[in-house]
Amino acid sequence: MASTLDVNGRSYNVNSAPDTPLLWVLRDELGLTGTKYGCGIAQCGACTVLADGQAVRSCQFPMSAVGAAKITTIEGLGGTHPLQAAWVKLDVPQCGYCQSGQIMSAVALLATTPKPDDAAITAAMDGNICRCGAYQRIRAAIKDAAAQPAQPQPAKA
Amino acid sequence: MNQLLNRRGFLTVSATLAGGALLVGCTPAQQMGLISLGAEEDFGPFGPFLKFAKDGAVTVISKHIEFGQGNHAGLAAIAAEELDADWTRVTVEQAAANTKVYGNTLVGGAQGTGGSSAIANSWMQLRNAGAAARAMFIGAAAKSWDVPAGEITLANGVLAHASGKTAGFGDLLAEAAMVPPPAAPKLKDPKTFTLIGTDRVRRKDSVAKSTGVARYTQDVRLPGMLTAMVAHAPRFGAKVASFDDAAAKKVPGVVAVYKIPTGVAVVANSTWAAKSGRDALKVTWDEAKAEKRSSATIAQQYRDLASGKTSGPEKNGWASFDSKGEAAKAAGGANALEVDYDFPYLAHATMEPMNCVAIVKGNSAHLLFGSQFPTLDQINTAGIVKNLPGTIKIDTLFAGGSFGRRANFQSDYVTECVHIAKKVGKGTPVKLVWTREDDMRAGYYRPMVHHAIRVTTDADGMPATWRHRVVSQSIMKGAPALAGPKPKFDSSAVEGAEGSPYLKATPVVDGQVISPDAGVPVLWWRSVGATHTAYVMEHTIDQLARRAGKDPVDYRRALFTKAKADRHLAVLNLAAEKAGWGAPAPAGWTRGVAVHESFGSVVAQVAEVKLENGVPKVGRVVTAIDCGIAISPDQIASQMEGGICYGLSAAMFGAITLTDGLVDQGNFDGYRVLRNSEAPTVETYILRSANPPSGVGEPGTPVIGPAVANAILAITGKPTLNLPMVKG
Ligand code: FES
Ligand code: FES
Repeated sequence: MASTLDVNGRSYNVNSAPDTPLLWVLRDELGLTGTKYGCGIAQCGACTVLADGQAVRSCQFPMSAVGAAKITTIEGLGGTHPLQAAWVKLDVPQCGYCQSGQIMSAVALLATTPKPDDAAITAAMDGNICRCGAYQRIRAAIKDAAAQPAQPQPAKA
Repeated sequence: MNQLLNRRGFLTVSATLAGGALLVGCTPAQQMGLISLGAEEDFGPFGPFLKFAKDGAVTVISKHIEFGQGNHAGLAAIAAEELDADWTRVTVEQAAANTKVYGNTLVGGAQGTGGSSAIANSWMQLRNAGAAARAMFIGAAAKSWDVPAGEITLANGVLAHASGKTAGFGDLLAEAAMVPPPAAPKLKDPKTFTLIGTDRVRRKDSVAKSTGVARYTQDVRLPGMLTAMVAHAPRFGAKVASFDDAAAKKVPGVVAVYKIPTGVAVVANSTWAAKSGRDALKVTWDEAKAEKRSSATIAQQYRDLASGKTSGPEKNGWASFDSKGEAAKAAGGANALEVDYDFPYLAHATMEPMNCVAIVKGNSAHLLFGSQFPTLDQINTAGIVKNLPGTIKIDTLFAGGSFGRRANFQSDYVTECVHIAKKVGKGTPVKLVWTREDDMRAGYYRPMVHHAIRVTTDADGMPATWRHRVVSQSIMKGAPALAGPKPKFDSSAVEGAEGSPYLKATPVVDGQVISPDAGVPVLWWRSVGATHTAYVMEHTIDQLARRAGKDPVDYRRALFTKAKADRHLAVLNLAAEKAGWGAPAPAGWTRGVAVHESFGSVVAQVAEVKLENGVPKVGRVVTAIDCGIAISPDQIASQMEGGICYGLSAAMFGAITLTDGLVDQGNFDGYRVLRNSEAPTVETYILRSANPPSGVGEPGTPVIGPAVANAILAITGKPTLNLPMVKG
């Protein structure tokens, strides 16, 4: 059942069954554990990755549906993305478990809306639960990153 | 939790027994089996809390788990301050399990994190460690430079002498290691602190947590590791009667199926295979001893107990937690304020569901996970692999939240993993993964609680008599047999009402509590008893102020003054001033106030609230805290922001309900939690204090619920007595 998967600009051969959600392929088979499991039913956003630049919940995205989509995970941002810099600058994370998903949702937001207002931010981020309640800093960090001169681009595959 | 463990005498450490034995309230024979919870290994010349690299970098060892509360930064700053280290060259490392060396004095000497005690119990310990190392480096410099120690300065990690000589920690490492550490190192006057209390004390893990690199239990990958999922009983207290694993074993990737005490475990070579295998299991449950009641039935039982309707043995379990004046006078009366409150069960719903990695080989066990209470986890694991607790190796990892859930007397998810790893054996690593549904339906909830209040007032409208009844399952009942005399009541059910300045200011008080049993496991939940007592006290006070026609802030000021509650008064005044109390709120918004003390800190909050289609919307929240000396103002603010979201989430939406013993909620679709658009914007103000640091992780949580309820009271004139505020 081998198929290929394009993740962070690299092509992988994967053996997981076609019904396996992308989340578990990334984590268990490829060892990309930055993407987290939180609910499994597209409720929490912890598993958010980009598929061709769109934010998707990888827990509800079976291998069979991924096809040739170019996947970007938190690891694919390279650690230098303006959103990551803003997250560190404002010490957004508490436990940190939700933050990969938060950042990936924010990347997708800024790609379509480089200068989001409050309503646009909460609309885009409402699918990402943070049980530690870092919401206020998440909003501030998105604004901080959006205010940087060089506009962030979703990491190109 | 600190108060619970201390007051109940649950864990008592005896330093007199060889090897640092831990006496967990149990028989002498059992005590003998518990010896050796760790040893004074050779931690090197600078002790168990500090390490120096040849390049001068400093590592502070944290005996406490980091699950969001920011304690790693605070702990490192305490040592770095006394050491005069360069903060940018300080990192934090998680300590291994070793009760003897890393015990927490505020939880009876066990190694554990809870009761918002990490900073408080480490304060003197890490100051001393830092100051001792500082003295050793100065001694080393004095010797190598042949100058008096008193002429050497140390700042920002650089030792210097007027002669022009300078050195870093790395340069003098070997020499400093030879200097005997002073028995009583000289500590700084807090007034001269240069790091503590500044905005430079920031998290050390933000990069790891913003890049996907931080390693949680869920992320552990070891050679040959297997993943396990367990089919749990749908009702608490049920047991496996029989099971059919034929279909499960046909799932590709499934390696084995085992019956274990808590259910049927499917072990596989991937998470998805384990889940698919578990879904294919057919299990029949023996429900003879299962809890089959609905939560509504239990709630009615609580109300009947409080109102005195119940007859039978249950009604005799009342215990007094506060009694003053002639109790009979507190029975109420024609003009009494009579209010009854109902609080539901709450799940912690940590972002990372419970999980654990265990490696068992013969009698040895090695665990890797977010261990909140290593001592308990060692003891519980030792019982399964039949070895001494001190032999159980635990590597504590980051945890994706806990809020109390990862510490419980049974080590529930830990022992489940150890049982499976023991069946697998041969030293094969096994990762137990719980789905969100497993986690949410496993119990260990904040108890369901009922309060019944009757208050009469004097001519000025101030409380004259206060009758208080609390009905709550006991959290501490799950504790191993107690060492000391059996407590009359579980103080975790009443803390916050017990000791309230409002009761101190009331001439006649009759406070009683009863703890009926139920088959639903309960546990401490961020701020424990305060989760409901703060709400009851603060919301009742606003109702009394309203009846008296007085401003809620003025009404509190009068009571705090009478009770000599100076810290309460100070944070109330600070929050009121910063929130603009007294001036009109922004158009469309209404303010509500609340104040509560927990874990040694006092917090006041003013929330601006409006109702949108009957649903509260919380905008700005001004919070003031007195937490003693502030180590990291930024992380205190972060904990206020997060604690407020956690408390608001519960007050607005949180409820676990049972129908005929089945938990109704399984995931975030049924158990609604606060989302970004519902999260307020919090402003934090920290009271200046010279007192030692007190709790920060929990005290912000219980105050927001009543502050919002009090705003709603001001808007609608109606109290909110039944939580959560938003039903369904
Ligand atoms: S794990 Fe995918 S949305 Fe929660
Ligand atoms: S930082 Fe813990 S869940 Fe968001």
